Amino acid sequence: MSTRKRFSWYYFSSPQSFYPLAGALQPWCAALAVLFCGVGLYISFFVAPTDATQGEAYRIIFIHVAAAWMSMFLYLVMGFWSGVGLVLNTRLSSMVATALAPTGALFTFIALWTGALWGKPTWGTWWVWDARLTSELILLFLYIGFIALQGAIDDQRRADKAGAVLALVGVINVPIIYFSVKWWSTLHQGASVSLTSAPTMAKTMLLGMLIMALGFWMYSIAATLARVRCVILERERHTDWVAAEIDGLA
Amino acid sequence: MNWGSWQNFVAMGGYGLYVWGSYIVTLVVLVAEIVSLTMRRRGVIERLAKYYAARRRNHETET
Amino acid sequence: MIRALAWVLRRDLLLAFRRRGDVANALVFFVIVVSLFPLGVGPEANQLRNMAPGVLWVAALLACMLSLARLFAPDHQDGTLEQMLLAGEPLVVLVMGKVISHWLVSGLPLVLIAPLLGLQFDLPGNALAVLSVSLLLGTPVLSLIGAVGAALTLGVRGSGVLVALLVLPLFVPVLIFGAGSVGAIVAGTGADAHLLLLVGFLALALVLAPWASAAALRIAME
Repeated sequence: MSTRKRFSWYYFSSPQSFYPLAGALQPWCAALAVLFCGVGLYISFFVAPTDATQGEAYRIIFIHVAAAWMSMFLYLVMGFWSGVGLVLNTRLSSMVATALAPTGALFTFIALWTGALWGKPTWGTWWVWDARLTSELILLFLYIGFIALQGAIDDQRRADKAGAVLALVGVINVPIIYFSVKWWSTLHQGASVSLTSAPTMAKTMLLGMLIMALGFWMYSIAATLARVRCVILERERHTDWVAAEIDGLA
Repeated sequence: MNWGSWQNFVAMGGYGLYVWGSYIVTLVVLVAEIVSLTMRRRGVIERLAKYYAARRRNHETET
Repeated sequence: MIRALAWVLRRDLLLAFRRRGDVANALVFFVIVVSLFPLGVGPEANQLRNMAPGVLWVAALLACMLSLARLFAPDHQDGTLEQMLLAGEPLVVLVMGKVISHWLVSGLPLVLIAPLLGLQFDLPGNALAVLSVSLLLGTPVLSLIGAVGAALTLGVRGSGVLVALLVLPLFVPVLIFGAGSVGAIVAGTGADAHLLLLVGFLALALVLAPWASAAALRIAME
């Protein structure tokens, strides 16, 4: 039993067998993403009541918090696959890490953008040097650094490994950066309004955020799988199975 | 939550610009990623098809 | 192992001494950047005193960045680095030697000249002392983290800008607590907590960064 299980893990760690698996999973993840985001949108606009202090502006939080969670989570996942790729020397893990970065950067951007649009009516300014927003900004820089480093290195294997080292260094640094920035912002501002310590977070609100986050999660998986499939085709173009695959498609 | 009318829904209690600004930009960003991924896949398939065709032609002229 | 460390250290210091101009350039850059700020925001003493910790620290980060390009690249170009890899000594030791010499050449001068520049910003005596201590603890961390970035971008096109992109976000905690310690003294609250955290960062960077740099160097030389 155990040998068979291990066998199947290694089976799907080769790009050739992962490619069709990713293709099969992708539409399901996309469908779940549409479903969860639909339910999340319904809750955030039609179920959740108006907030007593923030009015309707707080409805931004549903996507803001979900996007912020996703951006940090995807960085951790990217670090995990980078580590796996570095230790076990599996090409597929590095490809997954590469494919995760752009989606993670986009969610970081969304978190920053919605944070600014939420801050304007709530705090009165577009940008506040709040711990969360500032960490999110630095996270965006980390994502951009990873993408830029991989883009600048022509040799594929070196790009994978250098990116992996950078991602791991980043993963160690993210909590340090977060707590530094948090300490710094409490020192400089005194008590600032924190996004999640809203007076009493209603159950429906939390539910809406969780479902929205699930939707974003499914979306990220679908987007990453799609990107991994492109990366696999590009990198494995010298193999016969890719040639056969392309012949079948073109 | 009952909005009453379409206008009320769009106005978002005066915060329409911020709320819709957030939701629409999020939608645009995600749709842009989907479009770019579709285009990338199409581009890769097209490029590789040409690459294999060229390789096959070289093969034939050599042999 | 100690002998290998001493050998790398002596060699790099000797090379740096022969290229005194490069070393002086980074220092002059630091002085010029710091001196530009009063010209940009006006000579009002109170404002300058508030800005001084941040300005001095950010300028120190930038000056440190400038010299990172010289950390591994010249040895990579003339093949010395490859010889060092083949020499059989642990790569971590060689990296440590290079980082220490980098700090002695580009970090230590900043520490020594910073109090002088602090005077330009009307910092009181105890703040100058804390500034020196914080730079003394913080600049080695910059050299250690910077070495990882320099190793990752070794021989990569456009590596100068890329190094800044990779390394500057990682410098944020050091900047926050380095500048924060001076700010805390100016504001009248003690700087002990900040300095202790800087010691913590230094310890963490000493343990982790040389390994990451060595791994990155191996990847670059494959």
